[in-house]
Amino acid sequence: MADLAGKSRTCFTQDVSAPELPLSAPLNVGFDYTRSVGPVLGRFVDALRERRVEGVRGSDGRVHVPPLEYDPVTAEALSEFVPVASEGEIVSWSWIAEPVDGQPLSRPFAWALIRLDGADTSILHAVDAGTPSNVHTGQRVRIRWAEETVGHIRDIAYFVPADGPDTEPTEAPPPVAKREEGAPVSVVITPIHLRYEHSASPEESRYLRGLAEGKLIGQRCPSCEKVYIPPRGACPTDGVPTTDEVELPDTGIVTTFCIVNVPFLGQKIKPPYVAAYILLDGADIAFLHLVLGCDAADVRMGMRVRASWKPRDEWWTSLENIGHFEPTGEPDAPYESFAHHL
Amino acid sequence: MPDVAVVGFAQAPNVRSTPGTTNGVEMLVPIFAEVFERTGLSKEDIGFWCSGSSDYLAGRAFSFIAAVDAIGAFPPIHESHVEMDAAWALYEAWLKIRMGEVDTALVYGFGKSSAGQLRRVLTLQMDPYVVAPLWPDSVSIAGIQARLGLESGLWSEKDLAEVAARSRADAAGNPAAQLSGTVEVAELLDAPYFADPLRAHDIAPITDGAAVLVLASAERAADLVDSPAVITGIEHRVDSPALGVRDLTKSPSTAAAGRALDLDGVEVAELHAPFTHQELILREALGLGDQVRINPSGGVLTGNPMFSAGLARIGEAANRVLDGTARKTLAHATSGPVLQQNLVATLEVLS
Repeated sequence: MADLAGKSRTCFTQDVSAPELPLSAPLNVGFDYTRSVGPVLGRFVDALRERRVEGVRGSDGRVHVPPLEYDPVTAEALSEFVPVASEGEIVSWSWIAEPVDGQPLSRPFAWALIRLDGADTSILHAVDAGTPSNVHTGQRVRIRWAEETVGHIRDIAYFVPADGPDTEPTEAPPPVAKREEGAPVSVVITPIHLRYEHSASPEESRYLRGLAEGKLIGQRCPSCEKVYIPPRGACPTDGVPTTDEVELPDTGIVTTFCIVNVPFLGQKIKPPYVAAYILLDGADIAFLHLVLGCDAADVRMGMRVRASWKPRDEWWTSLENIGHFEPTGEPDAPYESFAHHL
Repeated sequence: MPDVAVVGFAQAPNVRSTPGTTNGVEMLVPIFAEVFERTGLSKEDIGFWCSGSSDYLAGRAFSFIAAVDAIGAFPPIHESHVEMDAAWALYEAWLKIRMGEVDTALVYGFGKSSAGQLRRVLTLQMDPYVVAPLWPDSVSIAGIQARLGLESGLWSEKDLAEVAARSRADAAGNPAAQLSGTVEVAELLDAPYFADPLRAHDIAPITDGAAVLVLASAERAADLVDSPAVITGIEHRVDSPALGVRDLTKSPSTAAAGRALDLDGVEVAELHAPFTHQELILREALGLGDQVRINPSGGVLTGNPMFSAGLARIGEAANRVLDGTARKTLAHATSGPVLQQNLVATLEVLS
């Protein structure tokens, strides 16, 4: 599977009844999976938009539905399209008593491999059959089309028994191919939403709980004695968990920085402003924060800064409790004192 | 080219859920220490590191990077990662040693399946155009595969329950197992369906876990342990990702991998079968007769930590050679939906 990228959001809440357990919170990840279709799958989804099904003929004469771009036997590119029926028979099936998010039906249904008339391979889809006793291998089923077809596999809402009455879709099909009306579909978009329970490590949890009390808690590696903030589940030098707790002051220096001049979606501060690595006094690792309270052009490597905390009633288990850092006016730290932290 | 041997294996307890992070550090730190203790090696002795894990399981990008903290990666290390079961990370490490670039390697895999909804997360390893947008779950897909065999008479529901009962009984001897104990086949068959035709006992449990394995060139291995488990063959093959193209009652890729190896004399086989019927498919594909002891560890039906379960099969098969209870063993790992990709290895006593 590919690396996961996209929008995510989480917030931690304290469970005071179980202070020893690490903090955890829901993490919801979502993105639109946007893919170009190419000539084979493009033709397939274009036909679906017109409530037709097209397969492709393989090197061994078999008609593949859904169509394959490359032959599963010879790996040759395939291009001979064959129209097939919107009715066929169940090859095998299983029953899902409690459907999960995003599936074609929200009431119990059968997943089935269905061989459409005129095809030699089968398509996976849902069959709306009410109860498992209404499904059997060899059963004739037909497509229930989505009310609005857009050029996407979900233009097939689901299948119904061929001899049964038609039924209404239980939910609108997702997407949503972005295109000019009438033009061939070049892109299909599938929304992806996953829900997780994200856990912080025990060390991170100590740090986050400290922030809710206005404390900056680092932890020291028992082996190399470096102080990490936020603390690490394992010291990246020694591979052992950091253990000794160290409360750090809210003063430190700017080790390096950049001036943000570019506006972007979701930006909270008007550019130009400074994002900087702040090395707290007594820490061995810098973290990223904002430096405000002076002209961006005046920020320097080695500049002494102090935390500007938000009002106490806004504190929670987050580094957001510090709104930004601002200059103290003290003399700069000499370069040699922080050069090894760059 | 040097032969490659397994010299150490350790795994975290297979559990339904841990309170730990998705980067696995809490599970990995203790088992790294365990293999170092057992082999007498330290992190400075390891020539190459390779891991298997999944960002989709963790719910965040580049999740494997944070796991590197567990190594203590300073001075800088030589490291790689696969977004597959760590058995494929082992393959990469095996190549490094075969090519003579290094003479030791450490391979690890980890996964916190409990963080998300596993059978839904696994949907995203399927075709993103015509399959994944329907959100078919991994259990339902396996149910379709199981029914094909049931209705064609290749196996019965009783056959499947017998696989489950034997696995749980065997797991009693495996301290890392999540499920174990004596269960009656009749009792299992009385249970309701979870995803008709599959019952709960047909489905590997949701498991958090991690595993680590140390490889060394045969020459180096002889200095580290008494009887290294030499990897005398390793092959992997893949079947079409199109579900409706394959005969799902068979595993041609496993059979092809097995044919490329010498399986004569295999005494023990550790098969990566997350569903009861898949064990039967794999045994048939590999031609394993009744004389071969299958999954003495209990197999993944008694604990299935995603992305380390396949590596653990190699570790379990190696342990039988390392502890002198077998002279030749077979390990199998799978990745992807319904046995799409399969790796087979043989391990033997150094002659």
